[in-house]
Amino acid sequence: MRFGVLFSGGKDSTLALHKAAEKEEVVCLISLVSENKESFMFHTPNIELTGLQAEALDLPLIRKVTEGKPEEELEDLEEAIARTVKDFKIDSIVTGAVDSVYQTTRVQQICNRLDLWCVNPLWKRNQKALLEEIIAKDFKAVISGVFAYPLDKSWLGKQIDENLIEKLVALSEMYGLNPSGEGGEIETTVLDAPLFKKKIEILDFEVEAQGNSGVFRIKQARLTEK
Amino acid sequence: MILIVDMNSKENPFGFQEFVLPVLSIAEELEKCTVKHYLKVNQENLNSCDKIILSGSALKNTVTLNQTTQFKWLKNCGKPVLGICAGMQTIGQVFGGYIEQCCEIGMIEITTSKENILFSSTFKVYALHNYSLVPSTEFEVLAESANCLHAIKHKHKDVYGVLFHPEVRNKAVVKRFINAFQVDRRI
Repeated sequence: MRFGVLFSGGKDSTLALHKAAEKEEVVCLISLVSENKESFMFHTPNIELTGLQAEALDLPLIRKVTEGKPEEELEDLEEAIARTVKDFKIDSIVTGAVDSVYQTTRVQQICNRLDLWCVNPLWKRNQKALLEEIIAKDFKAVISGVFAYPLDKSWLGKQIDENLIEKLVALSEMYGLNPSGEGGEIETTVLDAPLFKKKIEILDFEVEAQGNSGVFRIKQARLTEK
Repeated sequence: MILIVDMNSKENPFGFQEFVLPVLSIAEELEKCTVKHYLKVNQENLNSCDKIILSGSALKNTVTLNQTTQFKWLKNCGKPVLGICAGMQTIGQVFGGYIEQCCEIGMIEITTSKENILFSSTFKVYALHNYSLVPSTEFEVLAESANCLHAIKHKHKDVYGVLFHPEVRNKAVVKRFINAFQVDRRI
């Protein structure tokens, strides 16, 4: 199999990439850069960083900008995947979908039309176990977006570690949050992971937050030796 | 003991994670389980289980659909069986039915057409299939969507099939199947 990974630069798509690479050849990454911050389909905080992450992974990145209008953004995704099939001869798409039927339905439909395998290595996994796995695998992932009560700006930029998982699990029990953010409650950005040949160092960032919504925007970053 | 049969072809190395593990995690809450790939199911596995669940598989997996001879044991195993998606398509074919094209992907509505132990009324399910089943007259239809039938039961055996994936949004269907055939092991 030749895998193209739908890559947002967050923990789930990066973990899916690692799982795919354990068994088959990952040929390239595909990122949709959505101009719509409310997109249900595509992760938005720090999506611009996928270029640097691809460089760190030493993988080609197919990047497409979409206005992010519901359903129209799917045409843009299909176009990007079709182009990748042509240019990189992939036969499978890998996603980091965990529980989102909205997202997985749409990617499955595109893959079916293009006659591709649609592979979801994290599908229906326990969300706490997923968080624990990224720590066990030595990912360095920071929270780059919060979008639900009672999360606030104090969470932004925090690295996911055991202590933070414990807090997220406690909040999931109290408020029904998905601890891994599968419902869009949190977004993350991966700065280092086992397949990264170099790690990402943040040089400048800004925090934009209001109430229970905010983003940790990385304005400048560079690759450094591991 | 529940025997969960992995219906994924070896073409897709992640079929197990995506289609078997979610079912296993539901079933394990209620009973001990063992998982076997469909090419490795043997008589000992069939003898030692109380019931059997056949998993689903990826949309592009058509290998299993053409290997119904591997499932002849379904006819005489004498155990309650629940087939999910590819599992239902296989059950139907083993008992003399055939598959036909019908693509449904995503959340759809299905309506119960006959009272049964798994579900009732009209409800939403997650569908992921390119083929539906035309069963033989040995089966009765339990539920249908606007496009095709979605659940069947053998008229004289505890053999069920659902075309939708209950492990995604309808876990209770799997649990009801398991609870309906609990074996009392007390002496």
